[in-house]
Amino acid sequence: MNKSVLFGALTIAGLAAGAAAAGTLDDVKARGKLNCGVTTGLAGFAAPNANGEWEGFDVAVCRAVAAAVLGDKNAVEFVPTTGKTRFTALASGEIDFLARNTTWTFSRDTDLKFDFVGINYYDGQGFMVPKALGVSSAKDLDGATVCIQTGTTTELNLADFFRSNNISYEPVPIETNAEGQQQYLAGACDTYTTDASGLASTRATFENPGDHVLLPEIISKEPLGPLVRHGDNEWGDITRWVLNALIAAEELGITSANIEEMASNTNNPEVARILGTEGTLGEMIGLDAEWAKRAIMAEGNYGEIFARNIGEETPIGLARGLNAQWTDGGLLYTPPFR
Amino acid sequence: MSTITDPQGGTFRLSMLLNDTRYRSTTLQVIAAIIIALTIGYLYSNLAANLEAAGLNISFAFLGSPAGYDIGQTLIEYDSQSSNLRAAFVGIINTLLVAFLACVTATVFGVFAGVLRLSNNWLVRKLMSFYVEIFRNIPVLIWILIIFTIMTVSMPAPNAFRGETPTSSMLFDAVAFTNRGVYIPAPVWGPGSLVVVATFVLSIIGIFAYRSYATKLLYDTGRLLPRFWPSVGLFFIPTILVFFIMGSPISLDYPALKGFNFRGGLQIGAPLIALWFALSIYTGAFIAENVRAGIQAVSKGQTEAAAALGLRSGRIMNLVVLPQALRVIIPPLISQYLNITKNSSLAILVGYADITATLGGITLNQTGRAIECVLLLMLFYLVISLLISAFMNVYNSSMKLKER
Repeated sequence: MNKSVLFGALTIAGLAAGAAAAGTLDDVKARGKLNCGVTTGLAGFAAPNANGEWEGFDVAVCRAVAAAVLGDKNAVEFVPTTGKTRFTALASGEIDFLARNTTWTFSRDTDLKFDFVGINYYDGQGFMVPKALGVSSAKDLDGATVCIQTGTTTELNLADFFRSNNISYEPVPIETNAEGQQQYLAGACDTYTTDASGLASTRATFENPGDHVLLPEIISKEPLGPLVRHGDNEWGDITRWVLNALIAAEELGITSANIEEMASNTNNPEVARILGTEGTLGEMIGLDAEWAKRAIMAEGNYGEIFARNIGEETPIGLARGLNAQWTDGGLLYTPPFR
Repeated sequence: MSTITDPQGGTFRLSMLLNDTRYRSTTLQVIAAIIIALTIGYLYSNLAANLEAAGLNISFAFLGSPAGYDIGQTLIEYDSQSSNLRAAFVGIINTLLVAFLACVTATVFGVFAGVLRLSNNWLVRKLMSFYVEIFRNIPVLIWILIIFTIMTVSMPAPNAFRGETPTSSMLFDAVAFTNRGVYIPAPVWGPGSLVVVATFVLSIIGIFAYRSYATKLLYDTGRLLPRFWPSVGLFFIPTILVFFIMGSPISLDYPALKGFNFRGGLQIGAPLIALWFALSIYTGAFIAENVRAGIQAVSKGQTEAAAALGLRSGRIMNLVVLPQALRVIIPPLISQYLNITKNSSLAILVGYADITATLGGITLNQTGRAIECVLLLMLFYLVISLLISAFMNVYNSSMKLKER
């Protein structure tokens, strides 16, 4: 009996994975909704607002994809996932698209059978400590108790950082950001470590953000990006180019305010190709001509999304830094729309 | 049976497999077995085909590769370069540790509460039923969270012990209660400490020998030797004497605040304490009910007969009622122990590194080998539960009524 239950459970998991392997675009269209995996709540990146609507930097990417594919930026079902559940949710077909500050790594791309469609935030792992602790460098953290989200790349980076600096620490594994925040504020750990953007976002929700500092060390490269299942290249292409369209729009000066005007009278051929007034780019990825226009209109171009959700004007207060356009000394650089 | 006539010799027709009562049950069982085997085979081939379609395979090679992550409280040597297999062992040992501790304390809580629920004192009786009803009717997961949250929020952080006028201080300068755990002095075993330990073990054996001698003497000659004070003397005097003769070889390593945390001494982490306490107090409520049922199952005549012989009520409970009640208590107690072991898998909630948290949590996540990890987890819990069952069944058969 035990045995048959076991295989039954495995088979159901296996079937779901198999069934979802191809035709995601058709599935999404038939369903009329995009199932998008996001965090369980990280202010600025993905969190429900006072009205219960999801908003944030990652949420905006989901909405842009929904707008491009379904023509409605609200046709998104947001599925909150933890660091542990996100990959299973994507692999099993529960979600079509995962935008949950997920680090692009070799093994996730290859061994776990996912495809990263791009990078929407260049991040690195940092440490937050209470100012009262008087620590100015991560290398002073010898013997500290460290709160860490389990199932993330940060867990491995942390072990590597302390080992290479020959100092010790005591890890406190936690499941969600909210739990980490509570443990950190209660003093059950001396420092909280995760991606620097996540720390800034967490700190912004504290009662006294000024009592906590981010240490200068960034101990890892964390290119965060959305991802899809491996094997459905059409769906991967669509999502990749929606993200690229948002980035290119900023570079080319297309904003949600001037997009109509740009569409009707631009003399930049690339803008015309993106907005569908020239060429047949939409057809090539199985969508209509105005797919990118809708995606950009949904939440604005990359710069607008950044500024509204996590930029320096918001409580999160992140500078563009590496996430500026390549023309401004950043790393954002899309392939040409041609 | 005599009404069934023998079939007329030797002719066997296929229809007899169903119509003849001699063959029917075998036929049906064979058919059922074939169906089950086919179903399992189908499910397995389906799984294999789907895994192949997704480009995945079943491989346990990841167990040998470095785990890459650190674990807070480990009983065996472990660092981030140890293999995933070793991380799993760390988890197994932590699971067994918390399950063992919780089984012991849950039994103690349960026996106390169960006996006191039958007390003649109204207040004690009501308090105990209050305990039982509150604790067994709220899920253990919530108890674990509540206890852990109370610990982390209400206990002082190590920082509170710092400075000229600390807001918290250590108990007897030896024990520190913090929201990261409790720090107690650890023994340091110097040369010659083995002799002290051996003396201690010998004096324990001596106590048992003395007591059985006293019992024997009582039964044989009717002479009553004092038992309590000689036992206490045997317990302390030889060990203390040898301890000083050997020149105090065992010293204590006191925890002290160094850097961010207390160093030295023995740390009992907050997650372990919260999990241990929650599991014991929750399961203790169930055991209390088992104990009460067991006691009430002993006929009242036994109590009255013992009272008529002049036994005091404490002795009636210890010598007459509880030994008989044990026969009723042990079988359900086995399932409570199994429950504790399985419920310990909720450890991940509070960040305790049990097997579900290491192999089934971090390793699963970092390697993505979900099927393999879950299979190993199931195997582990199955083996452990069966072992506990087996041990308890042996104990049960030694306690049960010997029928002559």
